[in-house]
Amino acid sequence: METAANKLHRRSEGRVLAGVAAGIADHLRVPPLAVRAVFMVLLTFSGLGAVLYAVFWIVLPASRPVAGIRRRKGRDSAQLVAFAALALGILLLANPGGAAGVRMLIGWVVALVLVGAGIIWHQAEPDRWRQWNSGGQGMPWLARFLTHNDRRMLLLRLVGGGVLVIVGIIGVIALTGIIPGGSVLALVNGALFALIALAGLALATGPLLWKMWVQLRDEREGRIRETERAEFAAIVHDQVLHTLALVQRHAEDPKMVLRLARGQERTLRNWLYKPSGSPDERFAAALEAAAAEVEDSFTLVVDLVVVGDCAVDDQVRALVQAAREAMVNAGKHAGVDTISVYAEAEPTELSVFVRDRGVGFDMAGVGEDRHGVKGSIIGRMERHGGRAEIRSTPGDGTEVRLTVKRRGEGE
Amino acid sequence: MDALRVFLVDDHAMFRAGVRAELGKRVNVIGEAGTVAAAVAAINTEKPDVVLLDVHMPDGGGRAVLEAVRRVSPDVKFLALSVSDAAEDVIGLIRAGARGYVTKTISPDELADAVRRVAEGDAVFSPRLAGFVLDAFASRSEAPVADPELDQLTNREREVLRLLARGYAYKEIAKELFISIKTVETHVSNVLRKLQMSNRYELSRWAADRRLV
Repeated sequence: METAANKLHRRSEGRVLAGVAAGIADHLRVPPLAVRAVFMVLLTFSGLGAVLYAVFWIVLPASRPVAGIRRRKGRDSAQLVAFAALALGILLLANPGGAAGVRMLIGWVVALVLVGAGIIWHQAEPDRWRQWNSGGQGMPWLARFLTHNDRRMLLLRLVGGGVLVIVGIIGVIALTGIIPGGSVLALVNGALFALIALAGLALATGPLLWKMWVQLRDEREGRIRETERAEFAAIVHDQVLHTLALVQRHAEDPKMVLRLARGQERTLRNWLYKPSGSPDERFAAALEAAAAEVEDSFTLVVDLVVVGDCAVDDQVRALVQAAREAMVNAGKHAGVDTISVYAEAEPTELSVFVRDRGVGFDMAGVGEDRHGVKGSIIGRMERHGGRAEIRSTPGDGTEVRLTVKRRGEGE
Repeated sequence: MDALRVFLVDDHAMFRAGVRAELGKRVNVIGEAGTVAAAVAAINTEKPDVVLLDVHMPDGGGRAVLEAVRRVSPDVKFLALSVSDAAEDVIGLIRAGARGYVTKTISPDELADAVRRVAEGDAVFSPRLAGFVLDAFASRSEAPVADPELDQLTNREREVLRLLARGYAYKEIAKELFISIKTVETHVSNVLRKLQMSNRYELSRWAADRRLV
């Protein structure tokens, strides 16, 4: 209840008309009677109170009824009484002196318009539909009259309300023509009344349009959620289930199982936590793709940490390829289960470190004819204005450090 | 027997059972809980040395446990053990007061070692967490900060973090930088303290920059 009170809502419990005053009172933490009194006072300013009330009615969402609390019987009739009182009040206000019969007539016609609009309005309200659908207890005749299961009834009331409004408008225009006094004034008066009546009509159909719009929006949101769910289901089905089936078949081959599990973990992790980027465009994504490739082909775990990111250009591509070569070497020769790759994109420099804790080797012992290290790593980095440094101690593992100065922002 | 008293919080019973089986020989697992409420109540009565805390749980997750327990038992140390390695989860938990963070794919030996180190007052950073921290502090290095001494990492701390992110162990870092292991631990603890003290505004800005929120 506290949350309902904090947000501005129409109250659906303990209301007199539409719960606007009660809702505002809840929000402001003042007695509902005070808010109602304010509306009544505003009503005397050319019916400003009624207009304001109507606007609030349209705009404010109804609070959800608290489960377990049953609506009191006879509330519907109380609300009808309030409607009648509203119409009567406007009628009286339209007849300050109560002198001229014509004025009296205009007042009646305006009241007619209001009641017609009220009927359309009333039935256009979403939570009333549900209420009446669940069977109008207490007032069977009213329930039958207002049952929304019956589409003809709905149409009848819409048309009926519309007819009332239109008749009212015509009546007002016709009657203003009879009023003695300048014909120009009568015309202006007529136009004014017609405008007010039209505004009334707009107000009357407003909630219906609003409700339709809200429904459309909800539907669209629901569809989007559904699509996401379907996409997720596709991933789970196509990949996870597939992998689990493979794991069951290869249960006796731990390397295979590890590789499958690792590949699956990577896919799901990327899908869940990482904004996907194209390996052709982003440095981090390119490095991830290279690491994934190495993981898959050598059945090892690449612990990849990337700090910062940048766009891919020739330099970056060369760096990623050199890093990939270093990872492949580690996978081939180091004899380890895990290698660490750390990459950092700084404004002036890109660096990648590929480290394993494997057997290591002696740099001096690498033959001149071996092109893997010299050509693919050191040579490639030098061609692109970078540097490659390989530190290896037999028994303590190897670290390949690749750095390249950035020529400028390629973003 | 003065084995470490460890408490497990995770909403997956299977995972709790697995960790318990793995850790049981090395430390004294005194209890486990699968919900936030149960965890808070049990931790406050049992007062374990270290709580292994999952990040994602119903009813607010690890963070809710951390915040509720710290009000009553500030001495209990937390080690985040999560399957999620999303930066905002990890950094968020560290800021709330966890002393370290490891992923669930960690080997049992490493996990036991991490628990021991947290109990002794050290911070435990996985390479990935070190990467996140570097990222967090790097992106705001140009912006003016309220208290530079507090919010900025020193060059030395940055170096230590870089080596951590590259997969170096503490003793390897010490060798590489010609400092003692104790100094490395001090640097790491300082990073953690700075991370916790840096204000929320910076974190949210960082997260927004990286389209995390």
